[in-house]
Amino acid sequence: MSAIQNSIFTPETAARFDKLATIYPMKRSALVPMLLYAQDELGYISEPAITEIAKRLDLFDLDVRNVMSYYSMLRTKPAGKYNIQVCTNISCMLRGGYEILDHCKAKLGIGHKEVTADKMFSLEEVECIGACCWAPAMQVNYNFHDDLTTVKVDDIIEQYRQGLGKDVK
Amino acid sequence: MPDVSFTVDGKKLTAPAGTLLIEACKTAGIEIPAFCYYPGLSLQAACRMCVVRQEKVPKLQTACTTPVAEGQVFFTDTPEIVQARKATLQLLLGNHPLDCPVCDAGGECELQDMTFKYGAADSFYAEPKNHREEQKWSPVVYFDRPRCILCYRCVRMCGEGMDVFALGVENRGSSAVIAPNVPAGLAPDHLNHVDCEQCGMCIDACPVGALTSGTYRYKTRPWEMNHVATVCTHCGDGCKTTLGVRSTTDGAEIVRGDNRDRSGINDDFLCNKGRYAFDFANHADRIQQPLVRKAGKLEPVSWEEAFTHIGKKFRELRDAKGGDSFGVIGGNRLTNEEAYLLQKFARTVIGTNNIDHHRTADHVTFAQALIGHKDRTASLRDTKTAKSILIFGGDPTNQSPATAWNLRTNIRNNGAKLFVVNTEEIKLRRQAKAFVRLAPFGYGAMAAFLNGDDASGPSAVSNVEALAGFRDTLKATEGLLILIGSELRGSELKALIEFGLTLPGAKFALLSDYVNSKGAADMGLLPDMLPGYTPVGSEIFAEYKAPAQAGLGLLEIFDAAAAGSLSALYIVGSNPVLRYGVEPASLKNTFVVVQDLFMTETAVLADVVLPAANLYEKGGSVTNHYGDLQLVKKAGDRAGVRTDFEMIVRIADKMDAHIPTLIPFGKGLRADMGQTRGAQSGEADRHAVWLTAQNLEPRLSPFDPFAILDEIQRLVPGYDILRLQLLSGNDQHLEPAASQPLVQIGARRDLVLPSGDTLFTSGTLGHYSDMLIDLQQNSRREQLPILDQTAAD
Ligand code: SF4
Ligand code: SF4
Ligand code: SF4
Ligand code: FES
Ligand code: FES
Repeated sequence: MSAIQNSIFTPETAARFDKLATIYPMKRSALVPMLLYAQDELGYISEPAITEIAKRLDLFDLDVRNVMSYYSMLRTKPAGKYNIQVCTNISCMLRGGYEILDHCKAKLGIGHKEVTADKMFSLEEVECIGACCWAPAMQVNYNFHDDLTTVKVDDIIEQYRQGLGKDVK
Repeated sequence: MPDVSFTVDGKKLTAPAGTLLIEACKTAGIEIPAFCYYPGLSLQAACRMCVVRQEKVPKLQTACTTPVAEGQVFFTDTPEIVQARKATLQLLLGNHPLDCPVCDAGGECELQDMTFKYGAADSFYAEPKNHREEQKWSPVVYFDRPRCILCYRCVRMCGEGMDVFALGVENRGSSAVIAPNVPAGLAPDHLNHVDCEQCGMCIDACPVGALTSGTYRYKTRPWEMNHVATVCTHCGDGCKTTLGVRSTTDGAEIVRGDNRDRSGINDDFLCNKGRYAFDFANHADRIQQPLVRKAGKLEPVSWEEAFTHIGKKFRELRDAKGGDSFGVIGGNRLTNEEAYLLQKFARTVIGTNNIDHHRTADHVTFAQALIGHKDRTASLRDTKTAKSILIFGGDPTNQSPATAWNLRTNIRNNGAKLFVVNTEEIKLRRQAKAFVRLAPFGYGAMAAFLNGDDASGPSAVSNVEALAGFRDTLKATEGLLILIGSELRGSELKALIEFGLTLPGAKFALLSDYVNSKGAADMGLLPDMLPGYTPVGSEIFAEYKAPAQAGLGLLEIFDAAAAGSLSALYIVGSNPVLRYGVEPASLKNTFVVVQDLFMTETAVLADVVLPAANLYEKGGSVTNHYGDLQLVKKAGDRAGVRTDFEMIVRIADKMDAHIPTLIPFGKGLRADMGQTRGAQSGEADRHAVWLTAQNLEPRLSPFDPFAILDEIQRLVPGYDILRLQLLSGNDQHLEPAASQPLVQIGARRDLVLPSGDTLFTSGTLGHYSDMLIDLQQNSRREQLPILDQTAAD
């Protein structure tokens, strides 16, 4: 039995949230993980999600928004089916990260934090994703692609377009 | 905490260990600039403006978070510090528009002062400034984002101070921004809004001009106003407020209400009514000419004609039908002097005890229940220091906001314990250690239960189990401060006070509404009580030679009118027709005189209407519902209105009353100071004797309210006022309790009619405050359950 009536989340996520709210010494500590799981399920953090999470943690909606807006990885608008995050931090920058980014922009016809018209792809410029050794790197949803060249990027994008790529959320 | 010694700029200082350095320096007269530090709120250390050098510590320290300890050595004014502060300012000014010439805060801005002092106005930033349009968050709160220096004072003020939590910080770093609780995405107009109590405390705390007030913004500059410290006219708390006044063609207009003078009972607090709802005074509908009904229509006439007409009619009716055919109704916003004069006029000039006012709480029972007990009534100041508080009925957050503010501050900073007993889930329950939710109308049963009547328990609450434990807790509490709501009246109120009197050191306050509702009762605007809750016929007021039988109360006066036996009705600053739903036709055979600001539901029925000054346009004193006496000073001015005081005197004069008896003024004209004829000579004589004994000057004018204050002090039990205290604008607590028990405490509930005012209403006066009306509509529009949400953690 969920702690919240008519949860907007799937029963599994709702059950996970019920548990999350109990395992920290202070209830509100569960806020960031909850937001992440909510985004994974919904693709972004919607208004109803904010309201439900606030309720679960005895917070004001405003508190949730305050925390959420601090983290650039938390979205309030839907991303594409495949969210491409290109790193342009130091290692990647030195090894051509900006070319990769520009290439993606040209190829998909969208800019930073934009979504293609068919909602298939979205693009983001991000800071270091921890793959410096194989820079330049990018991440599609939770899947890493490294040692990139523009040719390789074309290939990756094509694979996802065909539905062949791993769709890990 | 033991005192410790430390050195600041070569000066040896001592302060209790743990005192914040910034406070210790302030006490010693060493100024440390601060933007984010706000006394009483949590520490933030966000602005770095208060940095100081501490010996043997590698980095500069923030004085706002450094507790002093033995032997520390600080430097606050070295070139290094000056440079650090200047650099901080340059960073803060990175995106600041420095539009001081048009900014409301200009002239009163902490950032402006510091920029000037440290000469940091030019910046090394070459980037263009990031401009954002000003946002209107509510009718009274505006936000100008570029001016914000992200000190978070507003966020803490709203959350900790107000327990509203309507403001937050969104995003981070240079894009961080103060965000209100209704985001653009959820608002019908796609703009940010704030759904809150609209107190304006965030505006007040803002060290710059980022938050500005809907009433004051772009109206004037601080140095163009006169600043008058007086008392808010709205609720019963009677906050000290400073009105900013500017002259206009027909008087002086009030343009701002704020609390820059923090010496009052309300410290730094003002609610939205005190801050914005002075605008009724400037309302276009103010009456500015006396009106007399001629051939069924109210026509403007000269003052002389109006007074002569009233005087003649009153005299004729009194002589033909007797004083007892008169009714007199006073108001809750009159000064003490006016209320006292009005009842003296009724009792001595007209010769009737038919006098009453709209009672918003049962102050009579309160005073009677405390007969013979000293130091049992609380001051508003006690709400800041009491260790334990019981709120029994009432809803201070909405009805007495300053009380609620003081309690929250006390709980937050001193760990005071709060108990709440209420039929509703009032907001202060969030701070309560224990909350007893009563069944509807359960107050009487609860009071009985506290007094030991266990059988009453089930009528008070559904779950009696815990109730006995609650009673034991209260019984074990010393120095309990008991704040009683206006729901408690008559025998129920008495029962509660009886219980409280068994607790050692317990103090009481009865919360009512409007600035001088307690003063009105204290001053004897009552049919059965002379001033100071002295029963009619008492020796104390023998010189009145007034009737010894109780007169008609407010409802009985209107019954008499309906029965055709009321010849005249004199209403000063009250709107009973609306409040009590009086049938207009019932007044058709009564000569009605009304003194008011507006053509109220009562005034339109009158035969004569006299335009009155409001509390912000006159001098005198008022007593808040705790019994704290404060000085009222004239701030605004309006052509064509007169104070109620002056009008009462003029009417008495036109009735051929002996004015020096009514208002003891003048010296040596008719009196020989009593030496030859003894103390039983005329009133002016005895008064003069008393004045001489008190080292006071006789008053020169019959319109001087202080002439009557002298008499109040001489005659009214409990009003032994400290003059210097009053005149220097300080509050003092008075305990006007009757000296002898007498009239039976009645259970008639209809004698008291709580005003039912909330944050955005203020009786009839509120109907003429555009800002309050705007806020009422605004709160209906928002319709968000924000205020009902529970607080974080
Ligand atoms: S006006 Fe008062 S309640 Fe509203 S946001 Fe400002 S501090 Fe909070
Ligand atoms: S709006 Fe004012 S009080 Fe609030 S953070 Fe900005 S500068 Fe500080
Ligand atoms: S709390 Fe009462 S007295 Fe104080 S400002 Fe508000 S209405 Fe006026
Ligand atoms: S810099 Fe790109 S992965 Fe670390
Ligand atoms: S006042 Fe100390 S850091 Fe702001």
